[in-house]
Amino acid sequence: MLPSKCHHTACGAVVKYFSYRLLTALITLFGVSVFTFGLVRWIPGDPVLVMLGPDAFNADVEGIRRMYGLDRPWPVQYVEWLARVLTGDLGVSIRTQLPVWSSISQRLLVTVELTVLSVVLSLIISLPLAAVAAIHRGRVLDTALSALSLIGISMPGFWLAILLMLVFSLYLRWLPSIGYVPLHEDPLQNLRHLLLPSIGLALPLAATLMRFARSSLLEVFGQDYIRTARAKGLPFHAVVTKHALRNALIPIITVLGIQVGRLLGGAVIVEQIFALPGLGRFIFDGIATRDYPVIQGSVLVFTALFILVNLFVDWLYGIVDPRIRIAAR
Amino acid sequence: MNTATQGFLARARRSTQFVVGITLVTLFVLVALFGPLVSPHSPTAQKMSLRLRPPSAEYPLGTDDFGRDVLSRILHGAMPSLQVSFFSVAGSLVVGVVLGLVAGYRGGWLDTLLMGIMDVLLAFPAVLLAIALLAVLGTALSNVILAIALVNLPTFARLTRASTLATRELLYVEAARALGVSPARIAFRHILPNIAAPLIVQTSLTIATAILIEASLSYLGLGIQPPHPSWGNILASTYGFVQTNPWPSLFAGVAISLAVLGFNLLGDGLRDTLDPTIR
Repeated sequence: MLPSKCHHTACGAVVKYFSYRLLTALITLFGVSVFTFGLVRWIPGDPVLVMLGPDAFNADVEGIRRMYGLDRPWPVQYVEWLARVLTGDLGVSIRTQLPVWSSISQRLLVTVELTVLSVVLSLIISLPLAAVAAIHRGRVLDTALSALSLIGISMPGFWLAILLMLVFSLYLRWLPSIGYVPLHEDPLQNLRHLLLPSIGLALPLAATLMRFARSSLLEVFGQDYIRTARAKGLPFHAVVTKHALRNALIPIITVLGIQVGRLLGGAVIVEQIFALPGLGRFIFDGIATRDYPVIQGSVLVFTALFILVNLFVDWLYGIVDPRIRIAAR
Repeated sequence: MNTATQGFLARARRSTQFVVGITLVTLFVLVALFGPLVSPHSPTAQKMSLRLRPPSAEYPLGTDDFGRDVLSRILHGAMPSLQVSFFSVAGSLVVGVVLGLVAGYRGGWLDTLLMGIMDVLLAFPAVLLAIALLAVLGTALSNVILAIALVNLPTFARLTRASTLATRELLYVEAARALGVSPARIAFRHILPNIAAPLIVQTSLTIATAILIEASLSYLGLGIQPPHPSWGNILASTYGFVQTNPWPSLFAGVAISLAVLGFNLLGDGLRDTLDPTIR
């Protein structure tokens, strides 16, 4: 048992470990910002020309370049941009003149909602099926479920989303096909709009999770404490849910953390298919119009989100497995 | 044929996953190589009077929104998918293995730097990185290959490094060091063959991922450009008419899924047969 009052050295170790993780996360984020900045400047096409059209006067072009600081050397532009980012200012969109941060914050919720809903759905689908497969190891049901999960990871997620849309909104007319209603306006309509896109994202993820959860569960089933739990007369389902599943969670959480990256990437496409006003579409439109501040700002937020999820996963390890809390150095 | 190869083949034949996987992969390669030869129509010939037809004797998989034969487009579209997935994964495998071996065997600041760069690449959601790269480079076939190669590079670099770290202190490597074998020779001749099994498995699984990424990019209009067919852009261009004629979209999706399934099964099968101790 873990003592309720944290032992001094163990606490210090945890703080040290998290400071280290936070530091590496910040360095990675810095690397991401440099990489994105370089990449964005490397995109052929001039945002000012895109904005003014091909008939613009040279003097106008030069003037606007100077206004946005685009006439200065790249390193200078980068340092200026970074200095402003550190104060929470991501600049102004070249195309719409709106502050990038306010546009991102409006859209962030859609993508976060989509991602959270997909993760929840994929867990609801994958964990029980993995448990069923592991319990029936080697039998027909296990083989069938394994085959199903393999097919799940082999289908393009967006194709699945299109098929779902075809069946559930165009033929059956149960759910709306495109568009979005904000959560605070009408939670039910909001859910109806997000259900199909999240299922499209959740099914491939559920298939991946199921494969890992099954093998992780099988490993746990072989452990002594499971036999002990059974021997002391605990009912089978209690052993599976309370003992086995909890101990099998660590690898599942790890995979989930990594897969969130794929989910966020998939959101770019799914938001396009279902016309959801999320961050993914914002980035895509930003790239299409060479809107430097939009691309830089939203890529930074996107990757920061991903890095945050993985920090959160590290923290979850400690919750799920107290041994890690103590062993962390 | 030596005993190791015989043992591998014996185990492989018993693995259903390996057999089904290698069959699907062979089929995919055959379609890519010979599909254009047996294709009944031109993949780009348009017949506007025959738009969006369901499957028929003349057009076994129906026609698309330009009245083009979907079967012929799928047969011609296999090659670009094959090229993109094979060459991009070959690229990330070669570069990733070299970086991973150097980082893992040499260690020190070079390890920290290389893995730091890999972490930056990994921090990008995969499709997003490819989208940004293609926006920069333009959508030529070679650029699609380059973009997907870069997306998958950290996977191979990290895997190689981890296996190298685990192998570096083993007795036979120590013995080679004691005999004065050069570090490069130790890394490539002594360590690499012993960490090959997980890399081969990962190669097969990554080809599967690469096919899916190519399809996603094509869907967004950043892959192989129409009118040239690729499985991804067939899916993308027929999507707008999915309500009128779902067939083209359905068949293109099935083609992609079968190819991806083949490489996933092959990867799983190889994992069981190459080295029963890894999972």
